[in-house]
Amino acid sequence: MAPLLDVDSLAVTLPGPRGPLPILHDVSLTVDEGELVGIAGESGCGKSLTAQTLLGLLPPGAAVTGSARFAGTDLLGLDHRGWQRVRGAGIAMVFQDPTAALHPMLTIGRQLTEHMRVHLRMDRRAANRRAVELLDQVRIPDPERAMRSYPHQFSGGMRQRAAIAIALAARPRLLIADEPTTALDVTVQAGILALLDRLRAETGLAVAFITHDLGVLSALTTRGYIFYAGRVVETGPTGALLTAPTHPYTAALLGARPHGTQAVGTLRPIPGGPPAPGEAPPGCPFQPRCGYAQPSCSTAPPPLAPAGADRSVACGVRPHLEVAAP
Amino acid sequence: MTDLLRISDVEVEYRTRGRGRVRAVAGVSLDVAPGQIVGLVGESGCGKSSLARVAVGLTAPSAGEVRYAGRPVTPLGWRRRPGAEIGLQMVFQNPYASLNPRRTIGAQLLDGVAETVTGAARRDRVGELLDRVGMPAAAADRYPHQFSGGQRQRLAIARALAPQPRMIIADEPVTALDASSQAQVVNLLVGLVRDLDMGMLFISHDLALVHEIADVTAVMYLGRIVETAPTRELWRDPRHPYTRALIDAVPQIGPTPRLPATLAGEVPDPANAPTGCRFRPRCPHAFAPCGDQPPTLQLGGRSAACWLNDPTAAPAAVPAH
Repeated sequence: MAPLLDVDSLAVTLPGPRGPLPILHDVSLTVDEGELVGIAGESGCGKSLTAQTLLGLLPPGAAVTGSARFAGTDLLGLDHRGWQRVRGAGIAMVFQDPTAALHPMLTIGRQLTEHMRVHLRMDRRAANRRAVELLDQVRIPDPERAMRSYPHQFSGGMRQRAAIAIALAARPRLLIADEPTTALDVTVQAGILALLDRLRAETGLAVAFITHDLGVLSALTTRGYIFYAGRVVETGPTGALLTAPTHPYTAALLGARPHGTQAVGTLRPIPGGPPAPGEAPPGCPFQPRCGYAQPSCSTAPPPLAPAGADRSVACGVRPHLEVAAP
Repeated sequence: MTDLLRISDVEVEYRTRGRGRVRAVAGVSLDVAPGQIVGLVGESGCGKSSLARVAVGLTAPSAGEVRYAGRPVTPLGWRRRPGAEIGLQMVFQNPYASLNPRRTIGAQLLDGVAETVTGAARRDRVGELLDRVGMPAAAADRYPHQFSGGQRQRLAIARALAPQPRMIIADEPVTALDASSQAQVVNLLVGLVRDLDMGMLFISHDLALVHEIADVTAVMYLGRIVETAPTRELWRDPRHPYTRALIDAVPQIGPTPRLPATLAGEVPDPANAPTGCRFRPRCPHAFAPCGDQPPTLQLGGRSAACWLNDPTAAPAAVPAH
């Protein structure tokens, strides 16, 4: 069976003040029906831009090559009307900041039913009924009252759950969640993760979960992609990826996390910072920060190559990596 | 051991329109010794930042007292702070807001250098401060916008270090930073405490991070501290069900996906706090005595405010992990 989402060799270039800036290079990824897929990396690595490309939200002047197919539709060839059919009813999105994603002056009910009336052509009563069901499904207490509430009357966690309900309103098959729990407390985050997993189990929803927190990646997703400087540097089953990484960058990200060892300097920061777009070195983009770099690393970026069961890694050295127990 | 910072029965009350008086901090006591890192964790809205502002003297408590090096901390007013309190400094969450965008880093660092240091020695002090936080001396002539978020937070720490403080209150100092910059800033703060024998109150909602660096951890819920213990003991054997719930909610890395445990209900509005134990409506172990507010029980080097720890009230202790 073909995957629900199939992105192949995607490259995106954005216009910059001093000429075009390449942001994404040769990104390939798939998401199956009912699959929870994780995308992780530092800020500026291109994970959010990938999501924007898949929703047709790139700024004017962006140049896109490669292919992106969703349920048989070629996303990159869509016109304005085509995108409107895909957004909401095919692919929906949840953002990091629910306060910015919700309209402050419209009731939650109004924001929930709009999608259904447009995409599912429901009448007001049917839409209201489904809206109450959805709020109940995302565990918002007293859904009827919540329908008449405004976003500011909700707590941060409730707002994000309402934003998820709105994203699900038109029955999308793929939900792209861009750091949806980063601004939330761990207890609230646990509730959102459980909600997404339940929706997948009950409705076959596929989720692409973007995060910089490797703990969240491991707890929720079955397959993961590690992004660095606009490239996928490693991919595979999430558990294997994070307990036995094969790319030095994945290992370095794991090392920068707290381990509970309680000694000065046990957090191992990655030296330096990721390259700005257009300033990546000619070879492997991670090479200037990598402890295992060889002279050969600075010639050409290593391609993503198979590395064991369902895994791929873009590293020309493939060193033996020391990984602290999680 | 004498305490550097002593917070005793502090209450903070805000007057709001519509909701009446809100007690954001409802009686908190906490001590920090020299060379010690005390972590303060809790969900947003639990009163941690209100407590931080009182502890450093930015706002006055409505009841209780804060003492720094044995003297009461005077809340900041129009007059300059007493010299004795210069040793109490704060690092804020957002380095974009805590540095002045229109002044050079060097000028801002000089603000904090004591007047007794004069002439070329002042310039040398700036160089030392920058060196201490791992920034080049050339940074002194630049402006905040020329630095990344992690660098800016290191500069904000240099500013806090300028008056040679003995006690630092850090309110979510790395929350706005990327994982790798987080690690750099945290290592810097821990190193400073160890090298200079400073005390630090480290406030964060990131439990894993507090677990990593704090000697003692205090857990706050709805304006009260529900448990205080040496960090490792707290983690291994929490004595308050809320601490247990917080620890279990942290996502872990493992070979297969495993969802973190969820906690029922929402954090109540502090204006409408539940009677008795404030955690009671969400607590899986709630029983009859919880209708009364539990006292903070001393449990040999640690303390917890939960009836389950009182053998006369509880049928059994909190189930072990």
